Amino acid sequence: MSKGVGTLRELRAALDARETTSVEIVGRCLQRAESSQATLNAFVGLRAEAALREAEESDARRGRGEVRSPIDGLPIAIKDNMVQAGEPTHCASRILEGFISPYTATAVEGLERSGAIVIGRTNMDEFAMGSSTEHSVNGPTRNPWNADRTPGGSSGGSAAAVAARIVPAALGSDTGGSIRQPASFCGVVGMKPTYGRVSRWGLVAFASSLDQIGAFARTAADCAWILEAIAGHDSRDSTSIPEPAPAYSSALSGDVSGLRIGLPKEYFAGEGVDAGVLTAVREAVAELERAGAKTVEVSLPHSRYAVATYYAIANAEASSNLARFDGVRYGHRAAGTKGLNEMYCRTRSEGFGTEVKRRILLGTYFLSAGYYDAYYRKAQQVRTLLRGDFERAFEDCDALVTPTSPEAAFRLGEKTSDPLTMYLSDIYTVSANLAGIPALSTPCGFVDGLPVGLQILGPALDEVTPLRIADGFQAITDHHTACPGDFA
Amino acid sequence: MARINRAEVERVALLARLSLSDEETDRLAREFDSFLGYIETLQEIDTTGIAPTAHPISLPTPTRQDHPAAAMDAELAVANAPETVASGFLVPKVIDTKAEG
Repeated sequence: MSKGVGTLRELRAALDARETTSVEIVGRCLQRAESSQATLNAFVGLRAEAALREAEESDARRGRGEVRSPIDGLPIAIKDNMVQAGEPTHCASRILEGFISPYTATAVEGLERSGAIVIGRTNMDEFAMGSSTEHSVNGPTRNPWNADRTPGGSSGGSAAAVAARIVPAALGSDTGGSIRQPASFCGVVGMKPTYGRVSRWGLVAFASSLDQIGAFARTAADCAWILEAIAGHDSRDSTSIPEPAPAYSSALSGDVSGLRIGLPKEYFAGEGVDAGVLTAVREAVAELERAGAKTVEVSLPHSRYAVATYYAIANAEASSNLARFDGVRYGHRAAGTKGLNEMYCRTRSEGFGTEVKRRILLGTYFLSAGYYDAYYRKAQQVRTLLRGDFERAFEDCDALVTPTSPEAAFRLGEKTSDPLTMYLSDIYTVSANLAGIPALSTPCGFVDGLPVGLQILGPALDEVTPLRIADGFQAITDHHTACPGDFA
Repeated sequence: MARINRAEVERVALLARLSLSDEETDRLAREFDSFLGYIETLQEIDTTGIAPTAHPISLPTPTRQDHPAAAMDAELAVANAPETVASGFLVPKVIDTKAEG
């Protein structure tokens, strides 16, 4: 296999020093994507020809001194649930077989406008429903650190592609941890911005009040570059935040001194969390203290209800959103059916996988007559209490630090037979989506040779503080530079 | 006592326009029961007078001027449809006139 690709900043420096070209970099990414496919299954499609053509155009721009942005000419991968005109989007589902998008997602448009080059689409859990990238019509993605382990999910393909040095960055989506948990499992940085910071236009909807697009990269600073390309107001998304997005990269100083970091006591209680994970996270907190950050214990008293709240709301919204897959306008339609109702039922039963059906049915149940108040409305009320927990905690600190996941990457097949166990692996990540606040995961150590992630959460609209803490942490530690042996 | 039975799963499947095999129905009834038991922990919390959260970041409803603008080309909009007629979606007959007698 060709040599692993550098970080965005390394590649930018090499381009500016005329040591390489965008065509060469993109060619190397495509080669690595192909040669790692049999082991990792990180990609579901490559756009080799188009990417190389765009790389040539970028090289020409640079020759004319017309570089559009720091990521002009640099390669990126996108998750298979965001659309790009003329390209397939399948959400790792049979029901979207053959779908070619007639338009481009706002976030992807942001990448194109910045001159970044989309080399392909990454594998995921079907419709982003899962925590392991095993629920995919394309088969599971494997963890670059250990092929018997999952990469996490649902954006497992994006996380694995960045960890295996195939691409320096990738887009993912995070509804309950689908960026942060795979970032943790694969040893890369993954950030979910504030709800509404990145437009959802062109992102296939899963749970609309929770979905948010974000970025994977190997450093916080690289993550900031990608966010700058994709964040900002979009009138096509009615929940898009009107204020302009901050200039993320210029806010990174590598310095955490004076910052107040809250440690939610419920997350450090040791219940249901791997001891090695907790040790790595406590050591990371000690590093931040040595670098001048102050820590304070805080409480998020409703934390133990977060997973139940999340799955009531997410499944209800999913059942409503996925009603659109009816065999009429796009994707799969069952053959030889009689009448409209049979066409709907057979199309959907053939097109959706087991986990998606399970969630649609649960969500339909929660929204059905007689149960709405007991489940959906109740969960929305608890969501208000969870938001309040965070608002109070942020009165005493600038950011919160927790483990991203209660354990390191689990084995393929370990949790597929027990959905509830799989859902509980999201216990530390779902709260940020319920509260709408920004959160990222950055590597902070290893347990049995598998990466551990440190989750850093900020108040609503403040992506800068978590990024600044991650950047400061990376300035004094080298966990984020570790590379899985087979992918050096 | 089971919170949910086969008949309940079948009722919900019809609402969701999904057809399930007998084996799927049995399995889902078991899974739902354990899952609903978990969700019911929410009933421990007193939420009297707590407003529900529909969206986490409060924003006013955005409005815009009602100006006509170009929409997606009709041919392109139906290009992904399994069956089309002219630039429309072709669907099975919705109302069966014979059955209405």
